[in-house]
Amino acid sequence: MNGTEATIVSCAEMREIARDLFAGGGRMQMVYAWQPEPGAIELRYVASPPEAGRFLLWRCRPEGEAPSLAAIWPSLGWYEREIMDLFGLGFRDHPEPNRLVLAEDIPPPFDGHDPTRALRMTDIPRPLPELDAPEVQTLPFGPVRADVLESAEFTFFYIGEQILHYHPHLFFKHRGMEARFAGLTPTLGTIMAERVSGVGSVAHALAFCQAIEAAASCTVPKRALWLRVLLAELERVYNHLHYLGHLANTTSLKVGEAQGKLLEEQAKQINARLTGSRFLRGLLIPGGLRRDLAPGDWLSGALESLRAETARYVDLLERSDSHLDRLITTGMLRRNVALDQGATGPVQRASGIDRDLRRDHPYAAYAELPLIVPVRSEGDAYARAGVRAAEIDASIAVMQRVLLLLEDGPVRADCTTTPGAEGLGWAESPRGTLFYAVHVGAGGRLARVKIKSPSFSNWRVFPFTVHETNMMDYAINEASFGLTVAGCAR
Amino acid sequence: MALWTFFGLTQGKATTPWPRRGEADGQEDVLGMPRYAPDQCRDGCADCAAVCPTEAIAPRADAAGGIVPSGITVDYGRCVVCQLCTEACPTGALSPSHDWAFGVRRREDLVWSETPAPEAAPAPGQRAFRRSLHIRHVDAGSCNGCESELQALNNPFYNLHRLGIFFTPSPRFADLLLVTGPVTHAMRAPLRATWEAMAEPRWVMAIGTCAVSGGIAAGGYACGTGLDGVLPVDLYLPGCPPNPAAIIAALLTFQGRAPQRVQGGRHGE
Repeated sequence: MNGTEATIVSCAEMREIARDLFAGGGRMQMVYAWQPEPGAIELRYVASPPEAGRFLLWRCRPEGEAPSLAAIWPSLGWYEREIMDLFGLGFRDHPEPNRLVLAEDIPPPFDGHDPTRALRMTDIPRPLPELDAPEVQTLPFGPVRADVLESAEFTFFYIGEQILHYHPHLFFKHRGMEARFAGLTPTLGTIMAERVSGVGSVAHALAFCQAIEAAASCTVPKRALWLRVLLAELERVYNHLHYLGHLANTTSLKVGEAQGKLLEEQAKQINARLTGSRFLRGLLIPGGLRRDLAPGDWLSGALESLRAETARYVDLLERSDSHLDRLITTGMLRRNVALDQGATGPVQRASGIDRDLRRDHPYAAYAELPLIVPVRSEGDAYARAGVRAAEIDASIAVMQRVLLLLEDGPVRADCTTTPGAEGLGWAESPRGTLFYAVHVGAGGRLARVKIKSPSFSNWRVFPFTVHETNMMDYAINEASFGLTVAGCAR
Repeated sequence: MALWTFFGLTQGKATTPWPRRGEADGQEDVLGMPRYAPDQCRDGCADCAAVCPTEAIAPRADAAGGIVPSGITVDYGRCVVCQLCTEACPTGALSPSHDWAFGVRRREDLVWSETPAPEAAPAPGQRAFRRSLHIRHVDAGSCNGCESELQALNNPFYNLHRLGIFFTPSPRFADLLLVTGPVTHAMRAPLRATWEAMAEPRWVMAIGTCAVSGGIAAGGYACGTGLDGVLPVDLYLPGCPPNPAAIIAALLTFQGRAPQRVQGGRHGE
């Protein structure tokens, strides 16, 4: 697969490979399944190498069941369960062999699966603990929640204020997006990618386009690479401003909420003025951009004004004791849990893990730009907010640099895919690492697209910060993670 | 806190006077639905239909199966505003526009028609909510784009409260059910239960192209094709996502406080 260093192995070897990777300091990113031909299933394991360099990829064809790696890499547990649901492939010794994304009555939707294949999974979609303690209360909350929120169901087991156990069910919104890519042209695939997670439109389309460009080995013109950085950072800024406003809402800082959301609105209006879309949609395409952008002199001024207002806003938040009291020590995520469970983006960087795809595996024009990656070590809600606030400043600095150095030139090159080509693309979205693995089929159309989204990773981590905390902190903790359900459920 | 009170007071008023006065709706450069001018179509050309991801534009076949001159159908209820057709069109028959106020009472008003029917009046009872409207929102599988714009309605710029329109946590207090997303199989029952919990008279608004027709995610193993056939819809607002001003305009149309802008797929001035 272009963009990776691939090895063909037997599935039986994967446990040893996974252990070696762990010992060597690498990191497993995802596993996905695809069907190279009808009836056949191949598993693909993608990992970050210990040092900078190309991503590692192992391919294997399971005979019957595949060995589960969840005991070695807990973060793979959900990926394996999703493969069980969608492909009907069983994983041997899986610690929680329950359905994840589909309701119990839906058979595996991907074609050509063998119904006789042993399927070791229970039909219980929500593995809840059995309780024989009348003092413990159960609170099912959702999927329709208060206010304008995405649908998800949370189950709390609690005594008084104390949460004993917490279980989120996040796949009411599963739209089967990966399957919707099949048969599309790469151009229409980009339109689809923009709509997987609305507030991550650029990151998704960018990772998708880069996967196609890797598969087709095409070169994107320099101006387009630089403008892609501009779009990606604009997306980060409006997302992080929303995050700060929403977090202030959960700590009941009403003027703080209003100001954060007003700044978000200003950022979205800047997006629209530059691109015609408040979500920066309709520009990315494999090979570059659909049309050139003319970031006029106004943009630099507008960004500077937004930066100054944000700095003042963040300073006010930092001086609000009632706000800080609710954040400091709330929702502690220790470094080892973040690593084991696969935390990503600002969440892992607030727990002391210094990783950022823009710097470690540069794409677009990031290699040529000075990038500050804020890292904190406390692992609490305060650190997560601090990382994001600092990232707004760093993003605007990068954008000013782009505006200063942007050269004239074409923005689009031809990018034709050939049957059988495959590629991996990635982007550091506002919420963390995002991968697209793309397989091209007949006529240059998409055969299989796998999306590894940052919210799928961070939702997996989140419950570990909820168990044994208290109800009053829950909403603050959830907001401090900055999760989306759409990105997780796809 | 004194800090924030002082800050708030020094900031002045952030809220736009629109829609009561002026044109400052905050969407100056936002691209809307492509504008269709059939007289500019070339005979036999259907380049736009070939690139449309949701069959919002489809070639119109004659009885023999051939494409008829100026032969496309345009359904804005399926449009995801991707602008691919405006790039593919060789003549400018489909051109980019800033037409986004597409809230309509009848689904057929989103389909381009030579002879648009006159505007449908608000249903009996809807006008009673002119001064106070309470909304319950349900996400039935959206990409979170519509939620992002719905959440923006209560930011200081749009400040929806000033129009007497409020979001309410309980369906029991709600007059209007506002639905986003294509209605995934798993959300069908919770959506239905929410609607059943509402007291009558109750109304339903489909927000975003997914809720109107299924949009980009329609069909497949996990999704339906929007609200039609699931709940009775009183107002349709396509868009991907519809911007906050479009949502406000649609709410005012629903209340009978503003005229419907679109008839037979044509966006009036």
